[in-house]
Amino acid sequence: MSSVAANSLDPASAAPAILLEVRGVAKRFGSRDVLRNISLNIAQGEFLTLLGESGSGKTTLLRLVAGFEEPTAGEIWMSGERLDTLPPYKRRVNTVFQHYALFPHLSVRENVAYGLRVKKTSAMEIGDRVDEALRMVKMQEFAASRPSKLSGGQQQRIALARALVNLPLLLLLDEPLSALDANLRKQMQSELKALQREIGITFLFVTHDQEEAMALSDRIALLRDGALEQVASPREIYAHPATAYTAQFIGQTNLLRGEILDGVARCGALEWPAGGPSGAAIFSLRPEAIRLAGDVVAPPGTARFRAALQQQFFSGANELLEVNCGLGQLVRVRISPHGPLSGEHDFVFSAADAIRVQE
Amino acid sequence: MYSRGYKTLVSLPPLLWVGLFLLLPYALMLAHSFWAVREGILVQQWNLDNYAGLFSKPVYLGVLLRTMRIAASVTLCSLLLGYPLAYYLSFHAGARKELLYQLVIVPLWVSYLVRGYAWKTILGSEGVLNGFLQYLHLTHEPVAFLLYSPFAVVLMLTHIYTPFVFLPIYAALEHIPRPLVEASQDLGAGSAQTFLRVILPLSIPGLLAGATFAFVLSLGDFLAPLLVGGASGTMIANIVESLFGAAYDWPLGAAISVCILIITISLLFLSERLEKRWSYK
Repeated sequence: MSSVAANSLDPASAAPAILLEVRGVAKRFGSRDVLRNISLNIAQGEFLTLLGESGSGKTTLLRLVAGFEEPTAGEIWMSGERLDTLPPYKRRVNTVFQHYALFPHLSVRENVAYGLRVKKTSAMEIGDRVDEALRMVKMQEFAASRPSKLSGGQQQRIALARALVNLPLLLLLDEPLSALDANLRKQMQSELKALQREIGITFLFVTHDQEEAMALSDRIALLRDGALEQVASPREIYAHPATAYTAQFIGQTNLLRGEILDGVARCGALEWPAGGPSGAAIFSLRPEAIRLAGDVVAPPGTARFRAALQQQFFSGANELLEVNCGLGQLVRVRISPHGPLSGEHDFVFSAADAIRVQE
Repeated sequence: MYSRGYKTLVSLPPLLWVGLFLLLPYALMLAHSFWAVREGILVQQWNLDNYAGLFSKPVYLGVLLRTMRIAASVTLCSLLLGYPLAYYLSFHAGARKELLYQLVIVPLWVSYLVRGYAWKTILGSEGVLNGFLQYLHLTHEPVAFLLYSPFAVVLMLTHIYTPFVFLPIYAALEHIPRPLVEASQDLGAGSAQTFLRVILPLSIPGLLAGATFAFVLSLGDFLAPLLVGGASGTMIANIVESLFGAAYDWPLGAAISVCILIITISLLFLSERLEKRWSYK
């Protein structure tokens, strides 16, 4: 568990101001612990993603910040003010709901104006700000339409505009892209990221899609069964997963359960130099860290093994091989496009790429 | 696909039913309203005298207006009782929702007559309410207007039709997606604003349906005025009943029925138009 270490941001840059502090928050529904002892800071202007499987508690944590649920224990603070005791309508937080939750009886313009109307903003200011928000999401021409006349992607934009027009300190997004088809999703991801850079509002984003989390986030908070598994930047969490769960959840990996004996790690047919005390150990070895060896003799610090090709999946930019190192031990290898392979081959990987992880 | 023969076979019973028990009686009623009674005998002599009489004799018009006033009062009272009840059950009752729902429905299983007689027992001069008022020394003699008055009719009809108003409103409220309520709060609206800006507008179709039920059913009611209405609480259906019975003037009774039917159909038509205008599917 490296959540504490990962919470402190890169020491090289000046530490940005902390916007949201989640302090030891727990949530229990009946006899079920949905969240356990969550502590998490979000920096001003950060794009932080709560990533996890369904039932991991990520949406509950978002709802606690929005105010739709009360924590069973712990506190939430925003900009030096206690947040968890305020009703949702008094928090400077706005939400983009999973299925948008646009008001069906109001036009697009009235939907976007809703928050400003409720706060008794002057009609002129409402007009200007709604126009600006609609321009930002490129939906001016639909101002008079009813939400039911819009496509999923368009409703998504209106939901964004409706939240952002209130200038929240923190924008919460609950799986906002999950209802869109793959192409539209990629496009919305890119627009969302650009929008966040442009307006500089802090985003707390919930998703179960690790690729989406990697592509969008400044930092990822990975939740597992209601507890934080790891909090780190996408690059950090990919390169140095703290646990076997993280290594498997974020990207693909080979989990090697073996042992270290006198500076050598062994797992089935694989052997490579490894530091650390002797004993059982788990390593994560990414498929792309393994290469076809060719005839070159392996330099020091690398490991070489021979394995028979079992499956080959071509995906355009690269291909994934499943190879059998003997005794049924399967290892996945990702190489650049190579052409059809068969039979036995030599593979190499650098010992430094076998990352030791906790259970 | 179903064969032609099968389709004919299954559509015959409902067509017969509608034809025999709905269209034919209505046609007969319409025909009667243009006939006349001469020297105590019904004659098929086409004329408009029944309609002319209806609008020239103030007694019928007066009762018709009173009936509409009573129906409007019942509608208003049922809405004032039914809407808050439906709102509470749908949004705030939590685990007690099912039980409370059953409690609202249960009175519908009790005979209309039994409930009518219950009100007689409560409101009468020797009744429970008068007894209680005198026990508290708030009054020294029975309060007369409690029973045999338009007030009693409105009270009894409200009691009977509130569940009919409650049900469509409750259904409409249950169909409001809860994320809409959360979205409203999220955008800064408290409970009152959320109710006025989101919940109420989205429940209007149910409200209209409930109001239509209460009004139309009250308009045609004749048991409540018979049981608790007295002379001052007579309604138009009682007039029709007596015209078809003791007074033996079927043509005039039919003419009044046609008028009530036209009012009812116009109301149903109007409320359906309004419900469409307020639904967003």
